[in-house]
Parts: sequence; structure tokens; C-alpha cells
Amino acid sequence: MVRVDGQGNGASLVRVRGLDKKYQRGSEEIDVLQGLNLDVDAGDFVAFMGPSGSGKTTLLNLLGGLDLPTRGTISVAGDEITHLSGSKLTQWRARHVGFIFQMYNLIPVLTAFQNVELPLLLTKLSKAERRKHVEVALQVVGLADRMHHYPRQLSGGQEQRVAIARAIVADPTFLLCDEPTGDLDRKSADEILDLIGRLVQEHRKTVLMVTHDPAAAARAHVVLHLEKGVLVEAQRTGGGAGGRP
Amino acid sequence: MKYFHLLVASLFRRKIRTLLTTLSFLVALFLFGLLVVVHGAFNQGLDIAGADRLVIINKVSIIQPLPVSYQERLLRIPGVKEVTHQNWFGGVYQDERNFFPQMANDDETFRSVFNEFKISDDEWHNYMADREGAIVGQDLIRRYHWKIGDRIPLKGTIFTGAWEFNIRGVYHGTREQDDNTQFWFHYKYLEERENAYWKGLVGWYTVKVNNPDDSVRIAKQIDEMFANSPWETKTDTEKSFAASWVKQAGNISFLMMSIGGVVFFTLLLVTGNTMAIAVRERMRELAVLKAVGFTDGFVLLLVLAESLLVAALGGALGVLLAKAFTLGGDPTRGLLPFFYLPLPAMVVGLGLALAVGMAAGILPAISAMRLNVVTAMRKV
Repeated sequence: MVRVDGQGNGASLVRVRGLDKKYQRGSEEIDVLQGLNLDVDAGDFVAFMGPSGSGKTTLLNLLGGLDLPTRGTISVAGDEITHLSGSKLTQWRARHVGFIFQMYNLIPVLTAFQNVELPLLLTKLSKAERRKHVEVALQVVGLADRMHHYPRQLSGGQEQRVAIARAIVADPTFLLCDEPTGDLDRKSADEILDLIGRLVQEHRKTVLMVTHDPAAAARAHVVLHLEKGVLVEAQRTGGGAGGRP
Repeated sequence: MKYFHLLVASLFRRKIRTLLTTLSFLVALFLFGLLVVVHGAFNQGLDIAGADRLVIINKVSIIQPLPVSYQERLLRIPGVKEVTHQNWFGGVYQDERNFFPQMANDDETFRSVFNEFKISDDEWHNYMADREGAIVGQDLIRRYHWKIGDRIPLKGTIFTGAWEFNIRGVYHGTREQDDNTQFWFHYKYLEERENAYWKGLVGWYTVKVNNPDDSVRIAKQIDEMFANSPWETKTDTEKSFAASWVKQAGNISFLMMSIGGVVFFTLLLVTGNTMAIAVRERMRELAVLKAVGFTDGFVLLLVLAESLLVAALGGALGVLLAKAFTLGGDPTRGLLPFFYLPLPAMVVGLGLALAVGMAAGILPAISAMRLNVVTAMRKV
């Protein structure tokens, strides 16, 4: 159950309370997020929409532990992350967050296999175990036969699928997607959205996605709008991707 | 080791740039090796000087002789163990560019005073039996493709006329730094042929003392003994004597340090700039590494390791190339007889390369470590 009124119960996977984020631009202080509340349960698929500069990506960065709020708290699976030190936050990210970026952000000098393997290098898994995990992740995204290809040898859609494999390979608590289809043509975008939908439906992944694309947002269980730094529930889609009401 | 492929992949991102940076280290360390060799060639006398040996020359100048009769008087000084004498011959073999030291030695004492040079008893016996016999260093015999039994003509410059010698033996130094390019023959042969002026005179003496702690006292006693005589002496330890030779060539150490310093400073600037560019152009990738959970410390070490790997690779190749260059011996045909690169200098060279690699990589590595993920991700 996704709520933005701050009334969610303590069982939420993601729990945000009174989140403020201010940026300083010269002498001017810009309020990006103001007292934002959010509750997301495990297995939810949430889309964030809003005009450019509304703070969608900022919110995603805060939820992913890439940035720190000016005020407020974020708890994930019971752990409050807003007070973690830099190194603890990094360790927390490695364990709990899978990032999917608009620009894929693969390392161009590494093969698809090596890119997907990156998060596993931080674990204590053996080489054989890492290989097994990577192969499974690449099978899930349908690129097992491209594992030795470099990013430049793949199409945009394939690159994004490798990025998704990298995001899921360490089995994170939730996935954060920042415009995952923003750089793709319609066909490739639909394939990526189908894949994300399968991750929610079949693998019970929790997905928080920022998008400008209404078609992409329609795949989510809930679409939230960011307006003036506050989240507003726009619509419940009926669970186009995950089949969740 | 599981991160090694990350390191290699980063280095091979720009193959030409990595190659050129490695070559910079290679060239710098090769030059460093040669500077060490040349510096060593000028200063080697200091390193091989015997702590228990004194050199006595004419107080006026080394080119002025001393009487051979001093030998007996020197031996009577308490603490003196042995005394030998030598004469600089200064002959020319075929061409003036073929330089090598030729010395007329006092056979009976020379071998025991300079016992770091080894020669077989059979060859020594043959040498002693031949008035025109000569013993040559192993490097010299190799340089001119001589062999035992060859007759060697030398054109005298100080002792004029045509001289001929028969090679009867080959000596070799027991230490890597020993000079194996000398040509020795009998003092008695020189004295016989040059009896008009040179009879009873020698070039310089070398005294071996029982206890090196007595060297200063004995040196003073020797000079006092011959003070106010027609042939006054100047006595020094062998090390001081060698040092005075080096000084005549100017401040070689300062020159070498200056050249080396400029080379390494330039290398530092070039490598530092390269590493800074390498980090700047992949800010986004480093940000991705941090986003997926790699720590700031890891990113710092990754960039530093890249710099150090290039430095180690280029440095090692440069030092090895310099070593290979010296294996052929003195390329100046005798001007630099001590032409070799010692192992400690190679280790120092590699250490310097790593220090430059570290210094060049540390600022870019710190900037990578401090990289803000959100800011870096915004920059496309």
C-alpha cells in the first residue's frame, strides 16, 4: 500500500517522514522538497511524475542514499538511513539498492558480464558463485548470449537490460529507476517496461521509478505527482505491470 | 585480485595514452640508470678504495716521481705492512681513442697489496719469467679480442718509442666494481729501457697498513719523514686520493642530481596531468562505482593503483633497459672503466618511479575520492 499522507503503518518497506531538501544557488535558497511523506510496501511499483525541476530525481537520490536531506527521516526495512555516515551509507546502498539510470551508465571498458558482476565484487561470494549469479541475472533480462559483449556492441535497449541485470544481481531490497526509458525508442522502452513489470510480478521486486512518460507510468501500481515539493497521489492504475490493485 | 581486471580495463581505456605515459617512465628511468652509471664511473674509486691502503705521491704533483729507495724506508715505519709502487705508462694502442690504463708495477709486492685482483699461479709464473710479459684485465682482453701469447705493440708517449709486450696472464677483480681494464707489466723492464732519466724513480707508492685506525698517524709520519728532502711526499688514504681525482672533473654529483631532478620533476608534471585527465573524463563512471556501493577509499586506491602500475611497469622496463645497456661494458673504449649499474641503484630507481607515480596520482585520486555522486551524475 502506497500512502503520501504520513499515516502509513510501521510495516512499510520505505517510510519517509517530513522530508525537506533545500539547495543553495548563490545567495538564493531553493526548497525542492517540503515536508514530504511517503510509505511504500514491499512489492509495490511506484511511478513519480512531475515537471522538470520538480525534485523527482532529488527524491530518488535521497531514497537511494546518494544524497542527504536537509530535514526529515527515511527508513528502509526498518533502518533509518538519514543518520548513517558516508561509508555506512555506501555499504547500505550496496546491500539494499539497485540503480537503473536513464543513460545506462555501464562501464564501457567492461563486458556485459563484468558490468553486471560489479556489485558482487563487494560481497564475499566466490568467483564461481559470482559467475552463477551474473548468468542468472543476464538470463532474466534475456542477454545470456551477450555476456561477453562490450556496451558499444549492444543496442540502447540491450545496454539498459544489462544495467537492469546489474541492478538486480545482488538481490537488493528495492530498485530505483531514473527515467529508465528516457533514452530509448518506443519499442525498446516497452521491452524495458515489460522487463521491469516482470521483476515486480514474478520476482516480487519493489520498484520506485521516475518518469516523464505516461505510458511508462501507467505500468506502475501507483502514480505520484510531485507538486511544489510535496507528493500528491495522481492515480492508482490497477497494477498494469504487477497486477497489484 | 578480483579487482585487477577493473584496474587493467581502466588503463586500457586509452591505450595510446597509457603507452606514452609508460614510455615516459621508461625513458626517465633509463636516463636515471645511465646517470647512475656515469656518476658511479666517476666515483667508483671511492667505493673500491681499500680502507687499509695509503697512497703516496710527490708533493708537487702526481706527475712528478719519487725515489725507489723510499720503499725500504717506508717499510721501517711501525704499522706499515707492505709497500708497492707503480708508474703510469700512458702508451697508445693502435689509436689514441683506445684508452686503457697501463702501469709498470713492482711485481714482488703488487700482487699482495692489491689482492682483490686474482690471477692463476701458472700465469703469474709465466709472466714473471718473461721480461716483456704483461698481465691484462679480463674486460680488456675481451674488448680487443686478445689472447694469452699475443704480442701487443704500444706507442710510448711519456716513455717514447715503440714498446712490445707479451700477454702472459689475465686478471679479474673479485668485486663487481673492480676495474678489469688495466694493463700491467714489469717495472724492471721500464727501468731498463728508460735508465737515462727514470732509473731509480717510481710514479707513486701504495702502502698497506696493519690497522686502518693508524692510517692518519702513519700518513703524517710518512710526510714528516720526507719533509725538506728533494722529493717531498703527500700521503692520503686511498679514498681521499680517489676523491681528489673526482674533484678534478668538477662536481659530478651535483650535475647528475640536477639532471635527474629535472627529469623526475618533468615526469611528475606529465604523469600528474595525465592522471588528472584520466579521472576527469570518467567522473561519471567513478560515480557509478560509488552508487553501486564502492567506497570512497576504494575509488582512491583504484586511481592510485593505476598511477602506480604505470610507474612500476615503465620504471622497471627503463631500469632493465639501462642494465642491459651496461652489460656490454664501457662504450667509450676505456674512459669509463667502471661502467655498470648496481642492483641497489636499480631498486632505488624503481622506488623513485613509484614515488613519482604516487605523487602524480594522489591529487587526482583524492578528487575522485571526494567526488559527489549526485553532482557527477548530472554532468553528461
